[in-house]
Amino acid sequence: MDNAISITGLRKAFGRTVALDGLDLSVAKGEVHGFLGPNGAGKSTTIRVLLGLLRADKGDVSLLGGDPWRDAASLHRRLAYVPGDVNLWPNLSGGEVIDLLGRLRGGLSQRRRKELIDRFDLDPKKKGRTYSKGNRQKVAIVAALASDVELLLLDEPTSGLDPLMEATFQYAIQEERDRGRTVLLSSHILAEVEALCDRVSIIRNGFTVETGTLADLRHLTRTSISAELAGHPNGLSKLPDVHDLQVEGNRVRFDVETHSLDVALRQLTEIGVRSLTSQPPTLEELFLRHYTDTTHSEAART
Amino acid sequence: MSTTLERAPAAKPIARSNQLAGTGQLVRLALRRDRVILPVWVLVLGLMTSAGAGPYEALYPTEAERAGLTATMGGNPSLTLLYGPAFDLSTPGGFTAWRFGAFVGLFLALACIFTVTRHTRQEEDTGRQELLSSTVVGRYASLTAAVIVAAIGSVATGVLMVAMLVGTGLPASGSVALAAGVTLCGFVFIGVATITAQVAEYSRTANGIAIAVLGSTFLLRAVGDATREASWLSWLSPVGWATQIRAFADERWWVLALLAGTAVVLATIGYRLLPRRDVGMSLIPARPGPAEAAGSLRNSFALALRLQRGPLVGWVIGFAVFGALFGSLAAGIGDVIGDSAEAQQMFARLGGSQSMIDSFIAAMAGIVAMIASLYSVQATLRMRSEETAFRVEPLLATRVSRFGFAASHLVFTVVGTALLLAVSGLFTGLLHGIRVGDIGGQVPSVIGASMAQLPAVLVVAGVGVALFGLLPRFAALAWAVASLFLLISLFGPVANVSQSVLNISPYQHIPKLPSAELTTTPLVLLTAIALVLFAAGLAGFRRRDIG
Repeated sequence: MDNAISITGLRKAFGRTVALDGLDLSVAKGEVHGFLGPNGAGKSTTIRVLLGLLRADKGDVSLLGGDPWRDAASLHRRLAYVPGDVNLWPNLSGGEVIDLLGRLRGGLSQRRRKELIDRFDLDPKKKGRTYSKGNRQKVAIVAALASDVELLLLDEPTSGLDPLMEATFQYAIQEERDRGRTVLLSSHILAEVEALCDRVSIIRNGFTVETGTLADLRHLTRTSISAELAGHPNGLSKLPDVHDLQVEGNRVRFDVETHSLDVALRQLTEIGVRSLTSQPPTLEELFLRHYTDTTHSEAART
Repeated sequence: MSTTLERAPAAKPIARSNQLAGTGQLVRLALRRDRVILPVWVLVLGLMTSAGAGPYEALYPTEAERAGLTATMGGNPSLTLLYGPAFDLSTPGGFTAWRFGAFVGLFLALACIFTVTRHTRQEEDTGRQELLSSTVVGRYASLTAAVIVAAIGSVATGVLMVAMLVGTGLPASGSVALAAGVTLCGFVFIGVATITAQVAEYSRTANGIAIAVLGSTFLLRAVGDATREASWLSWLSPVGWATQIRAFADERWWVLALLAGTAVVLATIGYRLLPRRDVGMSLIPARPGPAEAAGSLRNSFALALRLQRGPLVGWVIGFAVFGALFGSLAAGIGDVIGDSAEAQQMFARLGGSQSMIDSFIAAMAGIVAMIASLYSVQATLRMRSEETAFRVEPLLATRVSRFGFAASHLVFTVVGTALLLAVSGLFTGLLHGIRVGDIGGQVPSVIGASMAQLPAVLVVAGVGVALFGLLPRFAALAWAVASLFLLISLFGPVANVSQSVLNISPYQHIPKLPSAELTTTPLVLLTAIALVLFAAGLAGFRRRDIG
């Protein structure tokens, strides 16, 4: 069993609203896996299915080698979950919640609990009601990271943290990876994803659009080229996978699919290159394209 | 919205802007949110009274019977304890005012408390208030909107009552007096709720304190009306004032001023308290808790205990007071039953002194059970409110199973309810035993009478469990079912409904201990029904989506 999580063809509908429609996801043991997608794409629904809180309509879901619906309680000893919206019991202190949740999982490391409370600068004596959103998240994060578990399911865990705490969180997750724990991290913070994730899966409208390492994903997108040539740029528009071509005298500007970069450059050097700048796609561009470009994602799906 | 409100910020510094800005919008929002529940309580409370007025003539067809009612029923302390003083039962109006006035006032007060809390403190609990407060909404707008909506409901109930009573042919002045008393009783508790919404930290506490105040005023009235020496106690209670208007029996209109004045004073206090606290916080600042959990907080039952113990302690205290009160009054029920000859005859027909006391104890056990059913629904639906507050998901993401979670709370539904019945029986038995010098005999007998009600209460709780498991969105209907059973048993006989309707209520099937024989068949059947409902709810909960 190499995968901590494997989902194929997952479908879940709420009445007439289809939340998940053919979602695939596989997370290898020991990896930090980024789980990305626009708001409402179905990330939280997927995590809830993995927790056995929602029942899948169709598809195969396996979690730590078990069935998350049937074996929920026994599987939950081996995982910790940080919800996107952390709601605490108003009359329990943060410290009490951390201890309670830890004890209800596989147990809690007292040393790690103390260390994390210090690092996240959390006051464990405050009652649930009086914490800010960021501090409520810290309570859930400390409870999850101090628990003795194999798998962490984190649903946008840092959306309320300040940049300093964000850095603390990234450091803590790197430690978890070094310890060999598996992490499924749903996030909108791209720097966090870039820093932490071995592989990512991008979902849209309830199905998986893309899965792979960040390098793999970059490969699938376009590079911007702008060049000054020795002669008039002929024949560029006939090249495959060239988009948004602008010609101004001997100067050209265009975008090219990364896998056709080679062909385009050959054409340019044939004419003669005076100067050239190329811009690799930023992570933002990469995701924005996956989040918005329907035709591309449909193509990627088939 | 008037144009002055729009212009105010531009003309003056923002700090001076209208403190009531946005009230109209908030009233519309509240009416929209309450579009089902508000008409329901207005209709039920507004129509209930006339359902009692109609059958009077069928129940008491002859003049002679009617003439004797004031002396017989009105002279019965157990009835005045429940319904208030009987001023004139010889007319349908007087009878209706007696039988319904205090209770409709009580129910309307409850509805007003819930309405005010829902649109004030509960909005702060959920954090929605913060969003609203950031818009162009004045400091007092939310409270004012809540007060207006509850007042609209109270007035609508009163108007409907007048229309229905006059429609059945009762005198207009009496109808107006009865309805005005009930409506103003609602106003007084709108005032109470404006205060508790400021003092308490959570909506549950705000409702709890307000209901405790309401319960105390009802008890003051009950004791005052049932004991001649202490009849002044009724005059300390707003629920008592609502009956002292003497609707249909030579009305005392000035009592209305007492109710209106109290309502204004209470609401003024609430409004004065509001600016002394921050949004979302209470007047009493939250104390810090322990940095580490006690060793015992390690399973879902321990968590359920933390969540359920506060309300349970409150209920136990209430039931102890209730039980002690009934116990101390029971022996007196047989003494004075009015001086008239008719009363003496009826008294003898009913089996003399001992039998009267026994049926009083049986009747009180029934009332206590109906109130305990409200606790059982509250304890059960705590599961649903935890779920809608998204606090069940993180719990079920641990090794806590769904069954384990539900069982932790249902312990309180079952054991908590049994405890309430036992406590009330214990105190009734103890106090009554002291008065008649037979503690050893009375305590077990009265506890038995009280505990015999448990299967009926568990049927009501079972409806809540089944709804929670199978139709979670409609879980709150359990309150409607509990109220329906209560209304059927309390007012069904007066409204002259058929036996088959009365039989819907589970309380109807419980043997009336200690006066009646103990028959086990209905107890076994009711327990079986409750078990089926519990099992169906649990099975449904194990299969359904969370959230």
